[in-house]
Amino acid sequence: MLCGVRELMKEISVLIGGKAGDGINSAGMVVAHLFNRMGYRVYMYFDYPSLIKGGHNFAIVRASRDRIGTHRDRVDFILALNQDSVDFHKDLCREDTEILYDSSRVRAEGIGVNIPEILKAEQAPAVMGNSCLIGAFARAAGIEWEVLEAVFERQIPKALAKNLNIARRGFDEARECCRIEPLGSLPLPVISGNEAIGLGLLHGGLDAYVAYPMTPTSNILHFMAEVAETHDLLVFHPENEIAVILMALGLGYAGKKTAVGTSGGGFCLMTEGLSLSGMSEIPVVVVLGQRTGPSTGLPTYTAQSDLHFALHAGQGEFPRLVAAPGDAEQAFLWSSLLLQLAWKYQTPAIILCDKTLCEGFYSFNNPDATIPLIPANPPGIPGPGYLRYELSADGVSGMLFPPARETVIKVNGYTHDQAGITTEKADLASLMSEKRQRKGAALEEEMARLRPVEIGGEAGSDVALICWGSTVGVCREVAAGMGLLLVQPILLSPLPDREVKDALKGVKRLIAVEENSEGQLAMLLARYGIRVDAHIHRYDGRPFALEELEARVRGVLS
Amino acid sequence: MTGRNLVTGAQNTWCPGCGNFVIQFALKNIIQALEKEGVNLDRIVLVTGIGCHAKMADYLNINSFYSIHGRTLPVATAMKMANPDLVVLVCAGDGDCYAEGLDHLIFAAKRNTDITLIVHNNRVYGLTTGQYTPTSPLGFKGRSTPGGTVEEPFNPLEIMLASGATYVARGCTRRMDLLQKTIMDGIHHPGFAFIDVLQVCASYFNLSEYYDARVYEIKDHDEGDFEAACRKAREWDYNEDAPVGLGTMYRTIRPTLEKRFSAARGNEKDRSATIRKVLEKRA
Repeated sequence: MLCGVRELMKEISVLIGGKAGDGINSAGMVVAHLFNRMGYRVYMYFDYPSLIKGGHNFAIVRASRDRIGTHRDRVDFILALNQDSVDFHKDLCREDTEILYDSSRVRAEGIGVNIPEILKAEQAPAVMGNSCLIGAFARAAGIEWEVLEAVFERQIPKALAKNLNIARRGFDEARECCRIEPLGSLPLPVISGNEAIGLGLLHGGLDAYVAYPMTPTSNILHFMAEVAETHDLLVFHPENEIAVILMALGLGYAGKKTAVGTSGGGFCLMTEGLSLSGMSEIPVVVVLGQRTGPSTGLPTYTAQSDLHFALHAGQGEFPRLVAAPGDAEQAFLWSSLLLQLAWKYQTPAIILCDKTLCEGFYSFNNPDATIPLIPANPPGIPGPGYLRYELSADGVSGMLFPPARETVIKVNGYTHDQAGITTEKADLASLMSEKRQRKGAALEEEMARLRPVEIGGEAGSDVALICWGSTVGVCREVAAGMGLLLVQPILLSPLPDREVKDALKGVKRLIAVEENSEGQLAMLLARYGIRVDAHIHRYDGRPFALEELEARVRGVLS
Repeated sequence: MTGRNLVTGAQNTWCPGCGNFVIQFALKNIIQALEKEGVNLDRIVLVTGIGCHAKMADYLNINSFYSIHGRTLPVATAMKMANPDLVVLVCAGDGDCYAEGLDHLIFAAKRNTDITLIVHNNRVYGLTTGQYTPTSPLGFKGRSTPGGTVEEPFNPLEIMLASGATYVARGCTRRMDLLQKTIMDGIHHPGFAFIDVLQVCASYFNLSEYYDARVYEIKDHDEGDFEAACRKAREWDYNEDAPVGLGTMYRTIRPTLEKRFSAARGNEKDRSATIRKVLEKRA
């Protein structure tokens, strides 16, 4: 297709694709920062198979005036470093989609740039081919050279001059097809969901992070390890997930606020430790990043199919917190809150996220100022009379950490008495169970004050979407566009059923949107007498795109 | 001296004649001796797994973490990383530490955390009423192997030597004084100390006479010589008849995990400053 000059664009989507090893993720980030620099809010979805070199990776970068957290099912530009980037994404192309491509490797219609020739002239390595194509894109999208220069200066730490030269050659070879209007807004940090979780945990008082690598949360481990190079933070990667959670409990016993990160398979190994956390009342925060199961499933793709696993993991009954943030700001806020609450109530807490949130990138408006600080409970009183599990009105006992003066601190996974000594007596067993139950009740009361349900879309609409986790991004836009109410319970255990019911007053038709096949949120809601009228499911590992969900909702309503 | 009673009021439920009494008595003496040396009792933490051995957590009046089956060492390692001033003792069983949690044992040796592991090796599962463990001899008739086991035991000392343990020793509940000295040496050792304790199970595998006839105190042995340690460890394979040496077989010095670990950490303590710095980089 010939490149024609178009109107000013208010919103734009760009797909950049190549093989693994081409640096597609970083290239996508540079494109995102071009828009960010011009005052747009950005979102990036990154799609990659489970391999190290080869295959086909792509990122979709979307920029808009408003806060966004989803991609569309069409793109305005394709930046193709391989043939697959053209061939595999025909469904995303519209009449006016422009393709910029490496003419040495890709056959397509659009703007071809002979990348190897330029790299050869600049004596640059193959991985710098991205810069060339990004330069061409900037020209095609009517982005000023100065914007690109400024972004490269911040985003490309190595061989900046060479990268700029290469980008300039791409820029000069392309021609302008449209003009993206710079907005007045200031650029925001662009961070991944994983980074938002890590920062939120730090905000909440994190002392230690322990994890065994597993997609999609490995990047939290990498991020924390990087933070620990300058910050006083203990980061450790032990032999397996069983060791991970037990180490977290050892750290917790010694007074260190600790979080761990994993995905479904690793969480399977952690469940016995999770139950020990419940019984021993040593707090731990688990970041559970869902991906497509069962078993190894699609390891680098998304899902929302571990809700009931998170709600029920571990033998026996104990109070637990489960929250599913849906974007970077919610992830920051709730990671901070969950760590604080886990320590106040001495329970395990699960941050239930998924690949879309973990590895997606978002413009981030720091919600720091709005985060309530949870006042900690008073510590125990040291001395020979100290009881680790002393009974109290709300079930919470004062904690102490060794060494405490003339104090014996006993924690125990067996049913125990107030001192932490094993017992098999029936009356003590029920007394201590009731102690834990009281903690759950107190926790429930406190949560009601923390806005555990997000309400959006069209207030007063009698049709509502209900969703959880990362689908909130797409649901927000669909609800706004179609005039529907949107309800997102962020907290899932204890479920804020009163708040959900209040939000749904006057709703005649309730549609649940979930990336699983069984309708796991709908099943949970049913336990509280909240009936869902229609379900929209997707379970192929890919997140809903905006137009796709709109069409599915329309289908339900017709 | 605090004069703290080192035994809790918890009712002791070990069988009469159980080797655990000997280990408990030795530990009580050791803790008193440590206090005399100037170790504040508040700094001592005991981690136990699940099994008869683990009741030690209920019986000794010191800080304790009564963990789950096989999972003592990750807990103990983490405590030491969190606070290197703690004196961390671990009691584990042979089923606990050689079967369910073998991975952690190998990694504890590899990491050389300064903790002391006492394995109550009675070579049988007691609390689950008599099944074979990784150190039961070939042909052992347990409740899961009524016709006798069909696999040889492994030699935990060899595993520990191969995994990088810096203190490898064996004790026996039939020789309490030597056992006490060996554990004390392990606690004084600045690194991962491993002590396999041949413990008599009075109910399911009473090897009192067997051990009495074969154990001897290791003397004239160079503890710093790895090859000599391997030879000493292989003298008895936990299966065929052979003399059973007791005492320290290997001792060497290597930097501990916690020391290397704290050297590699940053020191910024202001959380807001760190968050701000990260966000600035990403704008």
